[in-house]
Formats: sequence, C-alpha cells, structure tokens
Amino acid sequence: MAKKEMIAMLLAGGQGSRLGVLTADVAKPAVAFGGKYRIIDFPLSNCINSGIDTVGVLTQYQPLRLNTHIGIGIPWDLDRNVGGVTVLPPYEKSQNSEWYTGTANAIFQNLTYMETYNPDYVLILSGDHIYKMDYEVMLDYHKESGADVTLATMSVPIEEAKRFGIVITDEDGRITDFQEKPEEPKSNLASMGIYIFSWEVLKDALIKNQDIKGCDFGKHIIPYCHEGGSPIYAYEYSGYWKDVGTLQSYWEANMELVDLVPEFNLYEEFWKIYTNSDIIPPQYIAAEAVTVESIIGNGCSIYGEIYNSVIGSGVSVEEGTVIRDSIIMKDVKIGKGCHIEKGIIAEGVTIGDHVTIGVGAEVPNGLRPDIYGFGLVTIGENSVIPDNVQIGKNTAISGETELEDYPNNMLNSGETLIKVGVDA
Amino acid sequence: MRAIGIILAGGNNHKIKELTKKRATAAMPIAGSYRAIDFSLSNMSNSSIQKVAVLTQFNTRSLNEHLNSSKWWDFGRKHGGLFVFTPTITMDNGYWYRGTADAIYQNLDFLKKSHEPYVVIASGDVIYKMDFNKILEYHIAKKADITVAYKELGPEEDATRFGVIAMDDSKRIVDFQEKPMVATSANVSTGIYVIRRRQLIDLIEHSAEEGRYDFVTDILVRYKNLKRIYGYKIDGYWSNISTVDAYYQTNMDFLKRDVRKYFFQEHPDIHSKVSDNPPAKYNPKANVKNSLIASGCIINGNVENSVLFKKVFVGNNCIVKNSIILNDVYLGDNIYIENCIVESKGTIRANTRYVGENGIRVVNEKNERYAL
Repeated sequence: MAKKEMIAMLLAGGQGSRLGVLTADVAKPAVAFGGKYRIIDFPLSNCINSGIDTVGVLTQYQPLRLNTHIGIGIPWDLDRNVGGVTVLPPYEKSQNSEWYTGTANAIFQNLTYMETYNPDYVLILSGDHIYKMDYEVMLDYHKESGADVTLATMSVPIEEAKRFGIVITDEDGRITDFQEKPEEPKSNLASMGIYIFSWEVLKDALIKNQDIKGCDFGKHIIPYCHEGGSPIYAYEYSGYWKDVGTLQSYWEANMELVDLVPEFNLYEEFWKIYTNSDIIPPQYIAAEAVTVESIIGNGCSIYGEIYNSVIGSGVSVEEGTVIRDSIIMKDVKIGKGCHIEKGIIAEGVTIGDHVTIGVGAEVPNGLRPDIYGFGLVTIGENSVIPDNVQIGKNTAISGETELEDYPNNMLNSGETLIKVGVDA
Repeated sequence: MRAIGIILAGGNNHKIKELTKKRATAAMPIAGSYRAIDFSLSNMSNSSIQKVAVLTQFNTRSLNEHLNSSKWWDFGRKHGGLFVFTPTITMDNGYWYRGTADAIYQNLDFLKKSHEPYVVIASGDVIYKMDFNKILEYHIAKKADITVAYKELGPEEDATRFGVIAMDDSKRIVDFQEKPMVATSANVSTGIYVIRRRQLIDLIEHSAEEGRYDFVTDILVRYKNLKRIYGYKIDGYWSNISTVDAYYQTNMDFLKRDVRKYFFQEHPDIHSKVSDNPPAKYNPKANVKNSLIASGCIINGNVENSVLFKKVFVGNNCIVKNSIILNDVYLGDNIYIENCIVESKGTIRANTRYVGENGIRVVNEKNERYAL
C-alpha cells in the first residue's frame, strides 16, 4: 500500500484572463517567465525542494502546453515509481459528470487520486505565483500548532490589504476571523492561497460540501472548517512572493530579474528552480550587438541591441533592431531595424523589418482598459507583424496580421487588433 | 535500425594532455553547452540506433558524470539503451584495454548477445553530424566488409594527424597509413566505421589470438587487401579535437554563422545532458561582441571573439579576447585574458593577466571559492 506523509494538489486549470492575449491559447501557469521558465515551475520546484514527491496537477483550461511541459516530470525529478507528478484533467463519470466548477470542487473530484497515497496531510497550491517557499517548514508549523488547517499568509502594506483575503489571528497565530477584500481591513495579514489540511478534515469538508456549485476553498471550505470549530492557523511567510496575475505585475516581476542583485535571485545554488528546457545551444552575441542589463536564454542569436529586457530561448534579433524594457518569449523572430519599447511578445511571434512598437501618446485601451494598460504593447502567441508598421501604447495584437490591418501603417495607441486565424 | 553502436571513448592523447588532466577527450566541453561525446551519441540516437556501448578507461569520472542518465539522448529504453563499459577483472582477464580492438574484445559478449546484423563504430572525440542509415545503405550496396567514413581535408589542414587512405575508382581502399610522416592524400579516416557484426567478432577474435590489440593498425591496415574495405565520404562539418589547437579551433568554428546554423538550428538536434542554469545575465557594463555565451553566465565586463561555457562569471572591467572559458570559472575584476583556454572551475584572481603569446595558452588555476 502506498503511503505518503504529504501530497500536493496544484490548481492549474485557470485561464488568468487578466493576462489578455497571453492566455488566449494557454493556461496561465504555462505562461513563460524569466526568460526560460513557466509560472508553474515555481510551485513544482518548491515541491521537490521541500521533499514532496507526489504532486497532482489539476488542469482544465487549454492544457496542451502544460501537459507537454510537465511530461512525466523529469526536469523536477518527479518521475517516480510511486507518486511523482500526475496531470489530473476533469473526466466523465457514470453519474454527475461536470467540469471543475471551483477550486475545492476540483480537489473533490480527485478524492480517489488522493486516497491512493493515504496521505496524512494535503498541500493545496495554485500555479500563479512567483516565490520560493519550503513547504516542509510550513508542515512543521502545522503539526506543532495542532492545526487542522494552516494558511500561508504574509504581511502586506495596510493600504493594499483590501485587494486580498485578510485573516485576523490571536497571539498564538490561530485565526479568529476572515475578511475577503475588506474596505476596512482589521489586519494586514493576507492569505497566499496556500493551504495545508489534515487529510481527514479535508476529506470530510469536501464530502459535506460536495453539492455546493462552484465549491471554493476561500468561500466555502475554510469558512466551513472555521464554523465547525477546527483550529485554523496562519503560517507567516516573509520571503519574495509575487502575484503575476495582471500584465503590469507580470511585466514588473520580469523586469526585477535584471537588477544587479535581484531580490528574487535565480542564480543561487540553494533552492534551484527547474524547468523543461528543450533548447540546449548557447546564445550568440554578434559583433555589432549590444546586450546590457538583460537576461537572455539559450539558443538566441542577437545581432541587435538589447537594453533592460528579458529574452527567452531561441529568439533571433536581427541587426539594427533596438529592444528596451521588454519581455520577449521563446522562439520569437524579430527582423531588422525594429524599435521595441515596453513590449510583451509571446512565444513564436514573427515581427518583420522596420517595425516600431510602443510609440505615441498613452491612450487608454478602448476595448479592455482594465487589462491593457501601463503603456505596454501585448502581442499574443504565434502572431505575425508585417514590415514597416508602427504600433502605439496600451495596445494588444493577436493573429497573423497583414499590412491592410494597419491603416496608414499604424495601430494607434489604445487600439486592439485581434484577428481570428483559421483554426487548424 | 539494423545496427548497434560502439563509441570508442577510451583515449587520452598526449597532444591535448594538459586539458585531459581533468577528463577523457570524449568528455571535453564543446561549443558552450556540449561535451564531445554528445555528437556521436546524438547521431546514433537520431539515426534510430537503439543500443550503444561506450568503451572508456581513461579518467572516466567526468564522462561517467555526464552519462549518469541515458535519457538525455533518448537511450532510456527497456530494450537496448546505453552501456558504459570500463575494464573489469574477470577470471580470464586482468588487463586494462590494451587498444581499441582489445576494448571491443573484452566486451565481446555485448556483440555476441546482440541480434542486429551491423555495428557502427564511432569515436567520442569527433564533432560532426551524420545519418548512419545512409552509410549503412552504402555499406550494403558496396557489399563491403568494412566501410570507413573519410573526410577530404582542405589544403591547409594537416593530414598526418590522422589515418590517411587511398582509394581506387570504386572507392575501395587500397592503402591505409596511420599517422604517416608524409601524407600522400588529403583523404583521412574519421574514425567512423560500419561492419557486419559477425565479421567484427571474427576479426576481433583473430586479432586477440595473435596478440594484436589495435583496431586501426591490426585490422584496417592489416586486412586492407584481404577484406573489401570501402571509403564513404563525409561532406558536412567534421572536426577532431585531439590537439589543443584543434580543440581551440573547433570551438571557435561555432562563432561562424553557417556552423551554428548547421549544428544548432538544422534538423536533427544534438542532445546533451540538461543543466538547470538560469538564462545568461548581462549587467550594466557588459560589453559582449561576437561570442557564444552559455546559460548561467553573469557578465560585467568585456568579452570578444570568445566562447564562454556554463556558469562563467566575468567581473568588472575584465577583457576576455579570443579565448575559451570552460564551465564554472570565476573571473575577478580587472583581468585581461587573450588567446587562452581557461580550465573549468578555476578561480582567476583580480588584476591578473593571462596571454597566449605563441599560440594558445592553457590556464589551469585552482578553485578557491568553496572551502571544504
């Protein structure tokens, strides 16, 4: 009989719609980060570095990239005879087949998977944060405090507390009350969406609440446990933790990596972050190239000038092109004489010659000002940008665009150009 | 694929001695991200050869570390896979490998227990790309006993480092001279052979009975008129790294666009053990020109016409020119390096100068970073 002290369940089914065209075809946990990684690499690496070798990854929205990336878990040493990584999509049942309708519902639908390992504890994670955390220390805290449920929390500036789920604790760290995105927060301790449950408590709560539509940990399961008198404790985490749920925070988190000594340091030997990288060759920096304050991935050929940017693997930048303050993901091809500023350019994009990106005045985006802001230009996966066009700020582009799509060779600031391609 | 593979990776060559203090030639780092043996291994894997033996005995720690998992070359198979054979003491034999033929002889069971009709023999210190299916087809069409892949060297290249062959019009090899004083032809053996498995077993057993241990002199040269030995021309890039100059030049070749395209972009890929390094990082004063930079490097100074392997740190105001810096080297501030090969894991102290005056200088410094 298999037995694991603690297993992890990683919720990776969400779209992350606030990342706009970046998540049009991939789930948010599969979005590239830091030149070489994908967001899910951080929780997965944290698991193996914390000694957790059994991880269920729950997928639903556009799972192909995630499935390919995870494979059998080799990069994280999660290819195990017993345990390892298992991708768990929703599946048809003899009765009551449904999609994952909520975070807790998704876990409930995989009770059998969890029971296979007879865990004492279950760690619930989400695949959309950048951080390094030792879950084993959190488990020790869970055991010492005698908690049924432990929430990882961190102090946030009190003025930002209203964006988070806030917990109020007594002097022992036991949670006495919750506030969800409160107008008047009573504390600045925010929940990070990371939970450790004692197995029986989780199982009971999931079964009792199984009929709730869209059953959610924050809204239903934790309050249920709290009301039933289960001891719930707050584990205070104090390291780097970054939500990359919006284009602005995603861009900022990437840009922080190029600092001289970044707060989130990928170069430390301790607590390595692992990823599935299929591009092995080194990068070539040409005689006429400039590469300053940037990180650049394997297999790139750089003939242009790169300043303060994050460049993924297999990118080619031709001569005369200048790139500033941008994120360029894997396998992007950029032609000659381009000028790119504050661009987020997703995987496999092809940009022609003499294209200017990020020009003109800042005009709020006409379609989704809440998503496309901050002066960024966001270009979705596998898009094509023709030669000689100019693209303004707060814009989004997706699809194989042609010169006709740009009146006067121009996409003005604040405009959105989404071309629905022919689905293969 | 109807062949098994044998990679001869045993050798140490005195001409590259200073660099092989740390590792066998087959484990020499190449082009920023690879080891020499990756090329033969990947060619075999890409040609659908399912079962490969690596024969090695000299300084194998680094090579074994590189080959510690066969999955990177897709050799993690239930049937076949990767076998690393070092000499072992048995009831009948207590010798090291006394030559390439002896190395095969000592592992003859590997050949005898295989069922594939052919064997591809390659060497671990050669940088090339090759589809072994094509040479096998050629071998069968020629009804050859042995097929030797050869390369026509350019006029400025020195053929006397290699086995020089002469062929008749049908490409049958009529003369084979190993490392001759004067080369009579520009065609040299590449150390890549195809031979029928039964034939190889016979030849190796005969040689062993006669106390002959070298594959080239005791089989190819000795049997050249008796057996049908044919030449098969390699047209693509091919380089042997058995001297310091050749090793340096091979790495520098990767600064050429066509060589990079051939190895890095054109199908099929060369595989290697994957390392978990972050992307290379360029700090505000970094100034890199015409260079290859591998993952995990952090660059603060100037780098020109050079190849930097994984995890090299370049300090402030450094100047690195026409040099090869092997993996995990730390360069302190204000260092000047020109025409050098800097050995892996070395720590180069700040304010020092290393210049290869007449040719390439090999710099071998201690690692002073980790206190034990």
